[in-house]
Amino acid sequence: MTDIFHYDFLMNAVYASILASIACGIVGTYVVVKRIVFISGGISHTAYGGIGLGYYLGFNPLYGAIGFSLLTAGFLSAMRKKKRQHEDTIIGILWAFGMAVGILFVGMAPGYTANLMSYLFGNILTVPRSEIIMMLILDAAIVILVALFFKEFQIITFDEEFAHTLGLPVNKLYLLLLVIIALTTVLLIKLVGIILVVALLSIPSAISIKFVRSIRQMMILSVFLGLIFTLSGLFLSYYLNLPSGAVIIMTASAGYLLANFIHFLKKKFYIKETNYR
Amino acid sequence: MSNAVEIKNLSVKYDNAVVLENISISIKAGEFLGIIGPNGGGKTTLLKTMLGLVSPSSGTIRIFDSEISSVMHLIGYVPQYSVFDLDYPISVFDVVLAGRLNAGKMLGRYTSEDKKIALESLEEVNLAGYKNRLVGELSGGEKQRALIARALAKQPKILLLDEPTASIDATTGTNFYSTLQELNKEITIILVSHDIGAVSQNVNKIACLNKTLFYHEAKELTHDMIEAAYNCPVDLIAHGVAHRVLDKH
Repeated sequence: MTDIFHYDFLMNAVYASILASIACGIVGTYVVVKRIVFISGGISHTAYGGIGLGYYLGFNPLYGAIGFSLLTAGFLSAMRKKKRQHEDTIIGILWAFGMAVGILFVGMAPGYTANLMSYLFGNILTVPRSEIIMMLILDAAIVILVALFFKEFQIITFDEEFAHTLGLPVNKLYLLLLVIIALTTVLLIKLVGIILVVALLSIPSAISIKFVRSIRQMMILSVFLGLIFTLSGLFLSYYLNLPSGAVIIMTASAGYLLANFIHFLKKKFYIKETNYR
Repeated sequence: MSNAVEIKNLSVKYDNAVVLENISISIKAGEFLGIIGPNGGGKTTLLKTMLGLVSPSSGTIRIFDSEISSVMHLIGYVPQYSVFDLDYPISVFDVVLAGRLNAGKMLGRYTSEDKKIALESLEEVNLAGYKNRLVGELSGGEKQRALIARALAKQPKILLLDEPTASIDATTGTNFYSTLQELNKEITIILVSHDIGAVSQNVNKIACLNKTLFYHEAKELTHDMIEAAYNCPVDLIAHGVAHRVLDKH
């Protein structure tokens, strides 16, 4: 099994998996506790519009994706101050609209263009070194921002109304959180694809929330679970000769089912833990 | 002595629905005011307006003779505990510690002073032994006390409570009110509830709210106030209650 590490492209895929797991584990923790998986999905899918625009006008699609996702983050953050009741509808529309814009632009773009599949599921085996470095920078930025705003993010994700009564700039903090989500999803799109980003943001954290006693623990466990899913998926896909993105989602989904089963057994057969100190 | 809260001709509308209409009330520092009224009568909205969470359509609210935005640090708020997610992995201590935060203290960590005050707040509501529990592991009464501790950690001059006894049993409720009366020695308390009996026995001023406010600077409820607030004849019997809260009938 160790012989596959001799291939450079596989080593890059391993680095990409580690860096993606770190970003997704930390950011995904907030996405899950704040219950904004759908918002995150909307932001990442809308980014596809920017990718298409980049192809059509001939600039780096990544910049288009960053622009579109940041616009969406800003729009969603501004909109929730108005009327909350239709938020999910608007996200659904933006989601579909962004994808359609992307597909149209890619279709109209001259010459050879990447197909839709590579953006939906990515291709972790073709990650160039330059993108690994960009992800390293992103991971560093996320860790620093989360360390700086740890208690603020905890309050706005736990009880936003109370955060308002403390006089905190809740809307700005929420926007910052959405911007972090937007940047995370965009930078991971080329690596792992839109769908895998959403899966990696939600599944590890959705599992870990059942077994942890703090946000800090939840982040650490989520990163660790992300690593298990991406690396095991990567090697399975290599040996089975199947698309890596889809196999990673399969391992993560299987992990989610297994974790729920363990959680169920734990609740059923054990007295609830009482180690409160 | 200035009033803790001074509300003048306050109206609040959501879209086109009038939720609060022309409310005026002065609440002196040190009072323990109970506001009762039917569900949907605007009680929570009135509290949220005092907290600056809801903007008035017309009228003014002044707290200690200042704009709300400049005295937010003086107002402690105890919401109905159903507002937050019980799956959230956060300890009671961290919840209470959050009460120490404000816009001037962003970035970085809580100080040891903050931690000391948070622990003292937990002791005040007899919850110090539960500080490492998760919020999801508390009973209804314990959650309510944790939220009071969080509000106290702010070291407020006014405490606003929204239906604090909504889902705790009678015995816990009695202890709860004695805790509040202890706090009332130093803090002005405003409590809203639809539980007329419990409120009227424990407060020193009472008002009825159903879109408009009925208040006579008194501890007694009149039959007229309740009828007006509930829009229907209410048959309340004062006999057997620890002390008379209703006028003679």
